[in-house]
Amino acid sequence: MEKILLKNIDKPGSHKLDNYVRNGGYKAFAEALKLKPDNIIQMVKDSGLRGRGGAGFSTGLKWSFIPKDPTIPKYLCCNADEGEPGTYKDRAIIDNDPHLLLEGMMLTCYAIGAANAYIYIRGEFVFGANRLDEAIKEAYAKGYLGKNILGSGFNLDMHIHRGFGAYICGEETALLESIEGYRAQPRKKPPFPALAGLYGKPTVINNVETLACIPAIIEKGPKWFSSIGPEKSPGPKIYGVSGHVKKPGLYELPMGTTLRDLIFNHCGGMLREDRALKAVIPGGVSAPLLTPKDLDTPLDFDSLAAKGSMLGSGAVIVMDESTCMVKAAFITNRFFSHESCGKCTPCRDGTPWLTKVLKRLEHGEGRPGDIDLIESLCGNIFGRTFCPLGDGAVMALRGALKNFREEFQYHIDHKKCMAS
Amino acid sequence: MLSDKAKKEIEAALKKYPNKRSAVMDALRIAQHDRGGHLERSDMEDVAAMLEMNPVEVNAAAAFYTMYNIRKPVGKYHVQVCRNISCSLLGAEHIIKYMEKSLNIKTGETTPDNRFTLSTVECLGSCGTAPMMQINDDYFENLTEQKVDEIIKKLV
Repeated sequence: MEKILLKNIDKPGSHKLDNYVRNGGYKAFAEALKLKPDNIIQMVKDSGLRGRGGAGFSTGLKWSFIPKDPTIPKYLCCNADEGEPGTYKDRAIIDNDPHLLLEGMMLTCYAIGAANAYIYIRGEFVFGANRLDEAIKEAYAKGYLGKNILGSGFNLDMHIHRGFGAYICGEETALLESIEGYRAQPRKKPPFPALAGLYGKPTVINNVETLACIPAIIEKGPKWFSSIGPEKSPGPKIYGVSGHVKKPGLYELPMGTTLRDLIFNHCGGMLREDRALKAVIPGGVSAPLLTPKDLDTPLDFDSLAAKGSMLGSGAVIVMDESTCMVKAAFITNRFFSHESCGKCTPCRDGTPWLTKVLKRLEHGEGRPGDIDLIESLCGNIFGRTFCPLGDGAVMALRGALKNFREEFQYHIDHKKCMAS
Repeated sequence: MLSDKAKKEIEAALKKYPNKRSAVMDALRIAQHDRGGHLERSDMEDVAAMLEMNPVEVNAAAAFYTMYNIRKPVGKYHVQVCRNISCSLLGAEHIIKYMEKSLNIKTGETTPDNRFTLSTVECLGSCGTAPMMQINDDYFENLTEQKVDEIIKKLV
């Protein structure tokens, strides 16, 4: 497949505007300014693009919810708060092809009628924030941002908002709270951001990879895009592989590539030939794990949902047979309890409680009845929280328990690990 | 007191937003950098005055985000080793222990000469090059004992 999202990242000077333009960049934006905004929304709808941040919602449909009234100010927020453990795809685009993201954002702003856009980038990505800053300055200097862009009458200002260490900011309404200068705690929905988002104004929030798909959709057409991958989850997808494989890294492949193809073909197989595959997390740590029997599952939104897991961010974490699933569950859960924002009780109190129980299991101090306690705690968190963070913690843990219950029991009975 | 340079940077940040409160994260980041890695109560009061906020509101925002080191000075080099799943699968615990041994401090401590502070952190978004760490603004990836030795040697 021809690369779209990662096509420039290895080229020297790929972050510079001149090089981006030389490789055909900003052509789609210049062409789009001659079209009606509604046509752009229709093209993105027709392409079948679904949000790459994790939820998989139709991007064009999301945009179409924005009111058309030109007197109401509107915003675009790019979610670059890449924080789902295992995920590092957006960083590659931000660091090495920032103008691809900027062009996607410009097209989106033109389509929804936004004159202001913010890129919410996680605080640790200092290099990326500097790259974006340079890229935005270049874009202003060349007339792609500012007033009366390319003589079209369209105005657009773009700003960077740097996060400072909070996973919850990846949740779209928490992200908005954070830009507004508050603690990043999710808002009640409805109203949805499309009607009342940033500063109470209609707002679209899209992930970096989603926005990076837009220029190609405009340039090559929605039919071309929808012909890639499965009918209901089309397009290219960046799979970010980590863990026990020979060649971890980012792989841009058609959506719906199977786990087997990804791990054993593209990634060169398991890191150590003498250690068999044990489990795979297919979409960042919130996604319930899969086992070798699921290797032929296509990695797309619907196929993974049918397996009781999810595509999430497309972060594939591979674990071989030396991995202790109790330890993996403990590390994952510790993350969620660390990142719980504290807004609602089931998550704020439930996730640290789970961590406490998992920690004692991991350290050989598990008690009879601890598995029942874990299940009871999970039941009191799942579906009872304000945002999906608590659900993610439970889904990950339930996935591990469902497939490796005997390892948890072994830790309790033998005070040690089955895997070692 | 914030330096004139910091004040100027905060003034510039204010221009990005329709209201002053939105600049609180930038302002705190700038103030933290100005002091050399952490925030004192007086810094938050200075930020509050510039942003026309109540100091307690500034403190509430700062306390929420883990990268603000509130009244907790850090060494010249803040070493933050990722302990999340992808790094753990490839030996993060070993790197953390090796780092403790090399710097002769425990996680959470600062060396007596104030040169290094060692912390563990959750995922830094560099999972394909695990295990990894961040020192101040920079990422160091695919860590081994040898690589850690080389990195520390350059900073001592």
